[in-house]
Amino acid sequence: MSWFEKLIPARIRTDAKTRRSVPEGIWSKCPMCQAVLYRAELERTQNVCPKCNHHMRISGRQRLEHFLDADKREELNANLTAVDKLKFKDSKRYKERLSIAQKNTGEKDALITIQGEVLGVPLIAAAFEFGYMGGSMGAVVGEKFVRAANIAMQHKIPLVCFSASGGARMQESLFSLMQMAKTSAVLTKMQEQKLPFISVLTDPTMGGVSASFAMLGDINIAEPNALIGFAGPRVIEQTVRETLPEGFQRSEFLLSHGAVDQIISRQEMRQKIAGLLAMMMGCEAPPQEEILQPHKNDPDAENPEH
Amino acid sequence: MDINFLDFEQPIAELEAKIDELRYVSDDNEININDEISRLQGKSEELTASIFADLTAWQISRLSRHPQRPYTLDYIQHIFTDFEELHGDRHFADDAALVGGLARLRGIPVMVMGHQKGRDTKEKILRNFGMPRPEGYRKALRLMHMAENFNLPVLAFIDTPGAYPGVDAEERGQSEAIAKNLFEMMKLKTPILCTVIGEGGSGGALAIGVGDQVNMLQYSTYSVISPEGCASILWKSADKAPEAAEALNMTAPRLQELGLIEEVIPEPLGGAHRNSEAMAQILGDALEKHLKSLQSTPLDTLLEKRYQRFMQLGQVND
Repeated sequence: MSWFEKLIPARIRTDAKTRRSVPEGIWSKCPMCQAVLYRAELERTQNVCPKCNHHMRISGRQRLEHFLDADKREELNANLTAVDKLKFKDSKRYKERLSIAQKNTGEKDALITIQGEVLGVPLIAAAFEFGYMGGSMGAVVGEKFVRAANIAMQHKIPLVCFSASGGARMQESLFSLMQMAKTSAVLTKMQEQKLPFISVLTDPTMGGVSASFAMLGDINIAEPNALIGFAGPRVIEQTVRETLPEGFQRSEFLLSHGAVDQIISRQEMRQKIAGLLAMMMGCEAPPQEEILQPHKNDPDAENPEH
Repeated sequence: MDINFLDFEQPIAELEAKIDELRYVSDDNEININDEISRLQGKSEELTASIFADLTAWQISRLSRHPQRPYTLDYIQHIFTDFEELHGDRHFADDAALVGGLARLRGIPVMVMGHQKGRDTKEKILRNFGMPRPEGYRKALRLMHMAENFNLPVLAFIDTPGAYPGVDAEERGQSEAIAKNLFEMMKLKTPILCTVIGEGGSGGALAIGVGDQVNMLQYSTYSVISPEGCASILWKSADKAPEAAEALNMTAPRLQELGLIEEVIPEPLGGAHRNSEAMAQILGDALEKHLKSLQSTPLDTLLEKRYQRFMQLGQVND
């Protein structure tokens, strides 16, 4: 305790430790603009910063919750779990890593697949849970993706997948690599049946996931400022031994290099995808929904002429 | 220390050096030391056999990247005739890290392609250490489509540390190039026979590895990540590569047990690099045998089997 603090009467003296313990879960900080945000507001905006429009990561389940219509939802193959065929062990056992990931995320593996509708357009939507071992693709992810596509083909409805993944799951070694071929294979059947597959690349989509089904969408969509690429920036920096340019491997970089069709903000995702799918399926246009604008409270952003 | 031998091969190197010395002496002299030479040769073979009888996954991983190991063009030269290399992806460039062209395998016209590493520094740079850029994969795909059009089977040789992780490769869509190949190979209407001849490095290997059959040479490896890469991520230290090599189950016999590949093609004593001609003979025989069986399969059956081959990979608990 410094001499100054000693002078302060005990009753107004605050202990550094207690001072720091702000109740958790009420406030959140935007990692981009550092704005302190009210958690409930963030939930409403789907984890998009209302101040700077930064798209923060969102859990797979929350994403589908926002994306799909409220009724007619059915989760598919929810109970598929991983088999540790190789009895893989590094500093931790793979089995242990699986159960920690399950506990932390509440998910059985890194992909969630739900059959439902978006603005009345029936489809199957899949979303990665990045919190589950970095959204890595192992046999369960591959199998769930294939089954989702097969059910889509049975019902003659489109498939939409939101990727957020570090790549293949090392703990399943070559089996995980083969999921790249497996997931790409089922898309050849979707194509034969003329059913659309829309791939939405979100932050981050790298490695084996980006180098397989995620780049094979009839339409590839990216969320703003998402990191998307084959090799991770650190690996590239080590190889070429120079710092990478600003914005490298970000959505805007991919758009300008021709790798994705559009960048769509999270708030507009439902409307845009429903509209695209309805056209591809030859259906009537879905109804217009009121879209939550991130800058609603800022009149200057709405009307720049002001 | 002979740089053409790995550390665990050094005892063989010493013995071989002695034999060479004796040969030199016997050329000069009238004295007949042939008996001594053949005795030492027998000993060298025994020693090689005993060292190679019990290799660790890490040792095999290093053998698969042995500087003397035969590369794609070596096999093309030894096994095939009439090779005509075809260059370029027709969009951007010709990638020297992935070569291909028309050739005859014992009379049968085929499309042959594979990753190509370099021997000396200059060639290593030219070949980019066997790490293709998108144009390499796009060239491979162009050749595959040509093969399909002219009913030629595709023979692919896999030998790469991985797809090139560079700024230009990302700019030109490395992910898309690999993904596109996986997609197109699955439905290519001609037999595809893949052989891992050295290093099967992740997505960069798989991008020409979707086939009706995937075989591996005895001392080649196939893995989702290099042992060094895996060790530095999961063990936080590249020194743990030997442990990672073991954990990754990356050797040919193990992958065959796991049902991930079809056949292990045996290598001559001491590995392919000790007798590349014998290796070429064995590989040529294997390719001819498998190719004939694939070519005799009706195309519909072939494609359905190829699809199912990949669908059944990866076990889950329902």
